[in-house]
Amino acid sequence: MEMMDTLLLSRIQFAANISFHILFPTITIALGWVLVFFKWRYARTNEQVWMDAYFFWVKVFALSFAMGVVSGITMSFQFGTNWPGFMESVGNIAGPLLAYEIMTAFFMEAVFLGIMLFGFSRVPGWAHTGATVLVAVGTTMSTFWILVLNSWMHTPQGFEMRDGVAHATDWFAIIFNPSMPYRLVHVLLASGLTVGFLIAGMSALRWVMGERSAEVRKSLRLGVIMGASIIPLQIYAGDMHGLNTLEYQPAKVAAMEGNWETQGNVPLLLFALPDEEARENRFEIGIPSGASLILTHRLDGEVPGLNDFVAEGGTVLHPPVNAVFWSFRVMVGTGMAMLVLSWAALFLMRRGRGIEGLPRPVVWAFLPMAFSGWLATLAGWYTTEIGRQPWLVTGVLSTDAAVGDVPPALVASTLVAYLVIYAALLVAYVSVLVYLARRKAKGASVPEAGRPISGAIQSIPAE
Amino acid sequence: MMTLLGDPAVWLPVVFAALMGLSILIYVVLDGFDLGVGILTPIGTEAEKDRMVASIGPFWDANETWLVMAVGLLLVAFPAAHGTILTALYLPVAIMLIGLILRGTAFEFRAKVALPKKKAWNMAFFAGSIMTSMAQGYMLGLYVMGLDNSWSSQAFALLTAVFLTVGYSFIGACWLILKAEGALQLKAVKWARGGIWGVVLGVGAISLATPLVSPRIWERWFSIPEFFLLAPLPLMSAALILGIWVVLRRLPTVNDSFAWLPFAGASALFVLAFTGLAYSFYPYVVPEKLTIYDAASAPESLMIILVGALIVIPVIAGYSALAYYIFRGKARDLRYD
Repeated sequence: MEMMDTLLLSRIQFAANISFHILFPTITIALGWVLVFFKWRYARTNEQVWMDAYFFWVKVFALSFAMGVVSGITMSFQFGTNWPGFMESVGNIAGPLLAYEIMTAFFMEAVFLGIMLFGFSRVPGWAHTGATVLVAVGTTMSTFWILVLNSWMHTPQGFEMRDGVAHATDWFAIIFNPSMPYRLVHVLLASGLTVGFLIAGMSALRWVMGERSAEVRKSLRLGVIMGASIIPLQIYAGDMHGLNTLEYQPAKVAAMEGNWETQGNVPLLLFALPDEEARENRFEIGIPSGASLILTHRLDGEVPGLNDFVAEGGTVLHPPVNAVFWSFRVMVGTGMAMLVLSWAALFLMRRGRGIEGLPRPVVWAFLPMAFSGWLATLAGWYTTEIGRQPWLVTGVLSTDAAVGDVPPALVASTLVAYLVIYAALLVAYVSVLVYLARRKAKGASVPEAGRPISGAIQSIPAE
Repeated sequence: MMTLLGDPAVWLPVVFAALMGLSILIYVVLDGFDLGVGILTPIGTEAEKDRMVASIGPFWDANETWLVMAVGLLLVAFPAAHGTILTALYLPVAIMLIGLILRGTAFEFRAKVALPKKKAWNMAFFAGSIMTSMAQGYMLGLYVMGLDNSWSSQAFALLTAVFLTVGYSFIGACWLILKAEGALQLKAVKWARGGIWGVVLGVGAISLATPLVSPRIWERWFSIPEFFLLAPLPLMSAALILGIWVVLRRLPTVNDSFAWLPFAGASALFVLAFTGLAYSFYPYVVPEKLTIYDAASAPESLMIILVGALIVIPVIAGYSALAYYIFRGKARDLRYD
């Protein structure tokens, strides 16, 4: 019982940590490239508006990066403090992948971030742009390595077990494991969507606050174009990823669809309350044969059912159904909202109508959607990660076998501490973004960071 | 290459222990001065606080990455040891992590919020820095005592927590002597004069405790001829401390010459202390329980990492040096433009 408590608490702690962490890389991965884009446009056009946009968004980048770094360090230590069984069992594979992430990405990001943030007046323009590019390359490299490891945990191959320890036999097979390309593309596109809607949302906020600068117009347009162009790609990539999951992790797909019996003509459920005790759905509303059509491209195509993943003795070998079922629907629902809003806005802004073409409700709709990328990303991660349970590494290492022997009270106390600090930081982060937007929109009437108002009047020219 | 150098199962663990040790050492020196500056911020005026933070602004993130490297090497090279060590240090690790979170985020927040909130983030910056250094000192003490949880070990660990914190504030003050001007530099000299005692007491306490805890370590230091061969280590440390003290009495000079000397001396002191510690514990990674050979990953996996490390680490060293070169000289206001 005691181990059970430690297991549950450690899982909640790791979930809280990784949920908090992923919010910030999701922003920095794509925002790094957006900053490169701003610098490139400035170099091409020599228009100050691009540097204005750069200096606004580099602040958001710096803050997000710091949040990502500190929560990432916490995770790397939690491997040891809470999940020692992970490295003891698959360390020969996870180790080199993590080592390569640190060596090829972390140092490069951190060093060039210093130059990018504070070196503008100390290095030539090309060197500053170079530093910006290297930071963006670093965040993308980091994404690559960590998703290689994560994907390998879902679809492991290229190893053999000796005395309960995994030994690498084929590094190419490990790195290019079956789910890696799909997961990597899905995550990179998710980052692009998150940043697109964040830029559109923040710009809409500045617009609503009364700012009418060229920069806010260009930024909103960029956000809308990013959202509208990436979302169809993401829907396609997500569909391909789902087919890949069907092949390698059918139990996850069964939980996503809420399908209990393996059969054809499985409906696409829009709503249901899966009952894991009775092993059936209640209040089902679905599109007939929809799931079969999406997953097999045939109306009578067979979709795996959850009942196939119950052992003789009644031990459940599939993931918890409700969490996966609903996370998946939240992700898809958010994606649909993104599709509708970004395409509607793009249509309304056509032929140079710009923001003025947008009715007020559409501008306002971008405000709550500013963090829609976070919602979709978290829901997507819950779908795939809870969907991997009860395994930590599919078929190789179960989650309960990896947990460390730490007293539950100790885990509970650190969990509470982390939750409090994460909640406080999240509130601080969002309020600083709003503050930065307000300062930009209202100019000198809002004091500059840490300086009295009189100083701000001199440094910010009136519009 | 594998056969040329003999059995990789023999030399790879040593190489990785060295790499991990080097990462810890680099971390302690580099983030040591960052944390030390953070610990000293409350004594500075508001303007001085900004300047102190500016002196570490472009560097802290990369410096902290050496901690990730060190714990990463522990994870990947000695998987059998990392669980034992990190579960034994569960609470101080958590306190350190929360400290690092506060310090790292306060860095960004304090520069972006309105003035009243900036004071709170300055506090968070200080609190995060001191939590981190106290937790690291506590872990060092507990490790020296063989990771055992008796009252005496914990008391000793509390002592090393204080000493390491003072030691960090010492190297932080030395960094400020190098990067600051005028009144702040003058203050930094004073702080360094006070902080050097933390280093003396800390190094002294650990040097006395380590051989007393383990007969094996006693044997390593106090048998002939080892005793004489190792004598340069404590003698050099003593000479360094004396030298730094003399320099600190004469700083700052009129043309700012020798401002780099205290920091260089402090770094050398940290290196010597670390060398002594490494000599004591080798070949154990978990004190007196698990050697680096028992705990090491499979040679094939270590080899994959080593090949990458040999290519990448010189590159990292190169661009890190570039960053220190770009931001050389006295610290100026940190601006994004």
